[in-house]
Amino acid sequence: MNPAQIYSQPAAYLVVAAFLLATGIYGLIRRRTLIGMLISGELIFAAASLNFMALNRFTAADQSVGQIAVLFIMGLAAAEVAITLSIIIAVYRNYRSIVSKDLSELKG
Amino acid sequence: MNPSLLLAATPSAAFPFSDWIVAAIFIVCLATTITGALIAAFTKRIIRSVCGLAVCCLGLAGLYYFLNSPFLALMEILIYIGAVCVTIIFGVMLTEPDEPTPENFVKPYPVIAPLVGLAIGAGVFLGIAKLSLSGNWSAPAALTNDGSVKAIGIALLTTYSVPFELISLVLLVAILGALVIARSGRTKE
Repeated sequence: MNPAQIYSQPAAYLVVAAFLLATGIYGLIRRRTLIGMLISGELIFAAASLNFMALNRFTAADQSVGQIAVLFIMGLAAAEVAITLSIIIAVYRNYRSIVSKDLSELKG
Repeated sequence: MNPSLLLAATPSAAFPFSDWIVAAIFIVCLATTITGALIAAFTKRIIRSVCGLAVCCLGLAGLYYFLNSPFLALMEILIYIGAVCVTIIFGVMLTEPDEPTPENFVKPYPVIAPLVGLAIGAGVFLGIAKLSLSGNWSAPAALTNDGSVKAIGIALLTTYSVPFELISLVLLVAILGALVIARSGRTKE
């Protein structure tokens, strides 16, 4: 395969999507604040969208299905961000912190 | 306008090295995506992490463009960079998201915890990358649809009209819910 045609290989896109998923999971594990975890969740959404688009482009007979699926993912991600940020603001108002370790009422 | 047209023009009559130039632009998009993801996951300050997410989405828009979808590239920039990142920045301004400084915070497992996170991330990446490299992605026998903006519009208003309307309902309910949740408790102070 001609190395100049790398952009017509599905594997290139799928490996990048796997990388985005891995960094998203790493961030979800390591971040201590709620907004950091939200950003990592957005990375995972981006990985799923890229997977949809790559497989749609290279294996689907109907080329518009994957694009519509990604549009729906974007809409759901926007709704998720709006609700999550309002919850974060409400949590910050009650606890004066959004570090996930502080958000507990039980001892131990 | 889109890469398939560039591909059609690639044979030697076209601009010299045009396929290598297109490949270089693709590599730049890949590098932007990966760099943005790394910034988003590894920086300490949250505001830098948000900027990393924006950079990552810019690279993703380029990748969507290479996947024959200029429409989704535009939507990615509009929705993610224009709406999601800006909303997260509003959240950063309204709270104090930065991780506690080391003076008043003792990390429970300073060495083991990053290694465990890295191991899990590397495991996920290597596993899925191996699967996607070994997969046999066969092209379809015949395309029923070229995936143009016109085709997307027709599909959204015929086959997918119910999910399309439901998405608008979800967005409406999400906005109302966000307002209600963020508003409650504000008058008590």
